[in-house]
Amino acid sequence: MKKHFSRYLLLSTGLVGSLSLFALTSENKIVADPDNAGLKLPAGFGALKVAETGARTRHITVTPQGTIYVKLNRPNKEGKGILMLRETSGGKAEVVNGFSNYGGTGIYSVPGFLYASSNDAVYRYKLSPKGEVTNPTQPEKIITGLINRRQHESKSITQDKAGNIYVNIGAYSNACQVKDRQKGSLGRPNCPILDSAGGIWQFRADKLNQTYANGTRYATGLRNVVGLDWNTQANQLFVMQHGRDQLHDNFPELYDTKQSAELPAECMYALNKGDNAGWPYMYYDNVQRKKMMAPEYGGDGKKEATGNYIDPAAAYPAHTAPNALLFYTGTMFPEKYRNGAFIAFHGSWNRAPEPQKGYYIAFQPFKDGKPSGEWEVFADNFAGAPDKAAAGRPDHKPCGLAQGPDGSLYVTDDKQGTIYRIVYAKK
Amino acid sequence: MKQIFIVVCALTLLSQSAVAQQKTPPKAKPTTKKAATAAPKTAAVAAATLTAGKAVYTQNCLTCHMADGGGVERMNPPLNGTTWVLGDKTRLVKVVLNGLEGEDIDGESYASVMPAFDALTDKQISDVLTYVRNSFGNKATAISAAEVKTIRASNKK
Repeated sequence: MKKHFSRYLLLSTGLVGSLSLFALTSENKIVADPDNAGLKLPAGFGALKVAETGARTRHITVTPQGTIYVKLNRPNKEGKGILMLRETSGGKAEVVNGFSNYGGTGIYSVPGFLYASSNDAVYRYKLSPKGEVTNPTQPEKIITGLINRRQHESKSITQDKAGNIYVNIGAYSNACQVKDRQKGSLGRPNCPILDSAGGIWQFRADKLNQTYANGTRYATGLRNVVGLDWNTQANQLFVMQHGRDQLHDNFPELYDTKQSAELPAECMYALNKGDNAGWPYMYYDNVQRKKMMAPEYGGDGKKEATGNYIDPAAAYPAHTAPNALLFYTGTMFPEKYRNGAFIAFHGSWNRAPEPQKGYYIAFQPFKDGKPSGEWEVFADNFAGAPDKAAAGRPDHKPCGLAQGPDGSLYVTDDKQGTIYRIVYAKK
Repeated sequence: MKQIFIVVCALTLLSQSAVAQQKTPPKAKPTTKKAATAAPKTAAVAAATLTAGKAVYTQNCLTCHMADGGGVERMNPPLNGTTWVLGDKTRLVKVVLNGLEGEDIDGESYASVMPAFDALTDKQISDVLTYVRNSFGNKATAISAAEVKTIRASNKK
């Protein structure tokens, strides 16, 4: 008890100083860091660093019991690809276990099961009533043999409420050129990549050893989706696409460096089965608000796309790399956030010579299952300083999002392995 | 707080350059009179070559390898302190001529594809590689257009 006492005295400063006496009475009181973990947040919000894992923490999920699971881009020094963290005190947590021998991005939990993906397969683990994995060394392989050619390799996952799992299979190319990223190289006719990648595939969440033959290409023409989530209000899958790179590098006569930095938009799509979002034949211009024909396929920066492609549900600044999407259903945050979308923008690299951008969590308001109103930056300064962001040398890169059972928002960083928790302190 | 932060950054930079210098030959900056007079002419890279190399770099390389040559984590490899840049010239020239894909660099894998830059002239390639080998904390010998020409002639894709 004495140990807890001194810890609370140390932690309870700054923003939540007034709560310190109250904190002494409860072991589970969440205590924001005095500097809000270095983040800039709207009034009333606080943040703390839950843990420093030192690993490349990609996506994250939190069980109803508060157990945290994080997927690592590659196995850590101990050879483990998934970390399990348990809450300690003050809202922080510590790594208590590691398991799985594969790297990857996707991790998702439902009552009773934990799902995780490598770059070519999806596994399922059983969860005990306490939210702990009971078969860490013998997961069930539910999907196997997905294409992985390094580029856009993340197999992000989410589920609907009808027992289906959705897997992103990113295109192993920038724009389906004959020679990838080669200046002036044109697009391959009838882009063959789309047969096995460049879309979202749907599988059953409870069947073992499914291959492409057992799945459905749910939506196509999506270059690479890292963030995706099921919207229960619309009963619909929403995804965030990473738009194509290097318009100027590959077609300097059509695009200057400024246009290349601002095009194309990073798009949010609301998907229905069978939808085509148009990659590689088009990109979305968020200045003109038009679907444009890609230069690899006859576009000149002015021609609009001609195919039957869906419109984005919302659009965001180019190249900022949306790596996670989460519909917030908690009650801790104020009413305006309920059922809206949080988006983790990992940050850009191909905007030079313009300043790099991103490294923040955005909030997109929703109404009745549709984006409604302008998006805003919700949590900023993962970079640590504006010049670090501009140089593309941020301290942290937000990558994963999860909602805790109390409505806290958890954020992973795959640069240093910091896990953040953002909370709202009621006034 | 800001001051501490800057100090930390400066320390980080110092320690990084110290590491880079351990890996690479020390800078040719003359520290004594003797060193200055003894410095061979070939070790000094002509300013015009660096200027021309930087122009080629800005146009063709900067987007992926970034302004500071540090690359992008897990996507595009860094150009500073790596044996790929500082080591064997033939291998380095061939990376530019043929591009590179699926190769681990110093134990790290990178997702992106580097296209071939064989459309660049021998001189553009020698200029840009000499620039890269003498920028971002790197210090290595120059590569001549004649060397690029020879490597290009024997280059089998």
